[in-house]
Amino acid sequence: MSEVNANNIIDLIDISKTFGDTDVLLNFNLHIKKNEFLTLLGPSGCGKTTTLRIIGGFEKPDSGQVLYHGEDIQDIPPNKRNFNTVFQKYSLFPHMNIFENIAFGLRIKKLPEAEIRKKVTWALDLVNLSGFEKRKPDSLSGGQQQRIAIARAIVCEPEMLLFDEPLGALDLKLRQEMQHELKKLQRSLGITFVYVTHDQEEALTMSDTIVVMNEGRIQQAGTPVDIYNEPKNRFVARFIGESNIIDGTMLEDFKAQFAGREFICVDSGFGKNEEVDVVIRPEDIKLVPPDDGMLRGTVTSVFFKGVHYEMTVQQGDINWLVQSTVSENVGDTVGINIYPNDIHIMRKSEGDSFTQE
Amino acid sequence: MKKKLGKFALIFPFLLWMVLLIVVPLFLIAYYAFTTSDGNVLHFTFDNFKSFIRPNFIKVLIRSLKLSLFATVICLFAGYPVALILSGNAFKKKALLLVLLLAPMWMNFILRTYAWLTILSEKGVLNSLLEAAGFNTRSFLGNEKAVVFGMVYNLLPYMILPIYTSISKIPHSLIEASYDLGSSSYGCFKRVILPLSLPGILSGITLVFVPGVTTFVISDYLGRGKVPLIGNIIEQQFSSGIEWGFGAAISIIVMFVVILCMRIINKFTDEPEVTLL
Repeated sequence: MSEVNANNIIDLIDISKTFGDTDVLLNFNLHIKKNEFLTLLGPSGCGKTTTLRIIGGFEKPDSGQVLYHGEDIQDIPPNKRNFNTVFQKYSLFPHMNIFENIAFGLRIKKLPEAEIRKKVTWALDLVNLSGFEKRKPDSLSGGQQQRIAIARAIVCEPEMLLFDEPLGALDLKLRQEMQHELKKLQRSLGITFVYVTHDQEEALTMSDTIVVMNEGRIQQAGTPVDIYNEPKNRFVARFIGESNIIDGTMLEDFKAQFAGREFICVDSGFGKNEEVDVVIRPEDIKLVPPDDGMLRGTVTSVFFKGVHYEMTVQQGDINWLVQSTVSENVGDTVGINIYPNDIHIMRKSEGDSFTQE
Repeated sequence: MKKKLGKFALIFPFLLWMVLLIVVPLFLIAYYAFTTSDGNVLHFTFDNFKSFIRPNFIKVLIRSLKLSLFATVICLFAGYPVALILSGNAFKKKALLLVLLLAPMWMNFILRTYAWLTILSEKGVLNSLLEAAGFNTRSFLGNEKAVVFGMVYNLLPYMILPIYTSISKIPHSLIEASYDLGSSSYGCFKRVILPLSLPGILSGITLVFVPGVTTFVISDYLGRGKVPLIGNIIEQQFSSGIEWGFGAAISIIVMFVVILCMRIINKFTDEPEVTLL
């Protein structure tokens, strides 16, 4: 577990926040390193937006500390914090043209007109919307408005940018384009991004660190690869991608029993005969001729998903979800192979309280 | 064809209403204003308009505009903060304040104005209190101040409500965005809330200024007949029963003056959707 340290831009320590009878955050700890792209990922109501609003200064925690470079900033209002937010609904000022929208923060800093002009031009160029200065926000498409909102935040040269599900209202194609642009921006500007989303694919694409949240608690924090490959608990495994999660027993180190037989795995450190959850990603299951398989089952459904086929293979009372580029026929008997590296063992008890690693 | 008929059936009641209650009366007023009957023969004439061009009538018209303008300005400055507080989340007793604001509007206009007579007249409540406290009694009525007071009292809700509505419609995220970009509360007010509530301000001004110019009850009761407004002059022409033509002509003149004033006010906004006249 990482502690408060000089490289952290933000440390949230033991934050709790309640709205009415609902605990939104419970003894929540988060450490944000300088220049990282950190994503708070979770279903709606998990407390991710509240966390962002606490960092931005729009909400006050009921208890706990918000540290900025080690100093408590709880009593500093949003307008005095050196962060800017890109809101979910763009929130451009409808009575101002694009130039004035972007210049809003610069005018408050009372910069000379020539410098404002230079910076606005730079920011518009950065988001590929040069020449839009005179347009009104409502004459722009959703994607363009969101890019203006980003330009408006970036032009203030904040130390950290906060994003509250900024791409939620855009269509898939535009969203993917914007994801790449955002990642590129973050690299070239070298500032800290804190990004809130419920879209796991978005989180995996852009982040340096993903913090998976549920019910006001951190479920797991780590790199996208870690989170995807080594989910800590059922919730994370379910939320990030699709998974087969089945009951199993850890016989001894590197040996697990599930689906009616023993498997060699790479996990250790469990108690003898400990009941565990076994996670196997659908793309890690190999279908082979019946006699070559470790397990044997019957194909019960086949769906074409574009890149791959998604199949269900019934083996006893387990329905395996399998993804493969090769299709089988419904009713066929197939063999199932699962290799040690693809078997992820999780403790049953894990899933409650986690702190960020 | 059938579709068109259906549409017409839907707007017919409204059209009928417009024609019977707006177009026909306007024609009648124009008819009275531009004609004179001489025995049984009708003549077209400008005489009714010409007879308005006399110093004392012009003076009354200017006074009406002036007092109504005062009342409008007072309503704006008194009403805006109320609307702002009402639309904010900080004020918990919002519903109560709204009811207090609206309650007088549920009472009859004349009754409300009459009630002030019992308070402000020479032997009224206020003077009795002053006397009991050892001060000299004084006359509160029969001057321009009393008329402006009456206008502000009666018309203030019409200023507050549209401003309240337009401030309430401003998305909270815009206010947060302005703080996020470094605005102080004053900066947020000046650069976001005030410009976005302009449509409300403009309709508030219209809703206060126009009735203020044309009122005759307020000047009658609180002005004690000593501060006649253009509404009183018009009313006299009709109640006396013989000068309908002149009364109609003044009505038309006032209508054009009011339209002119509204045009000038609308110059302050470039948004076509809030243009009022």
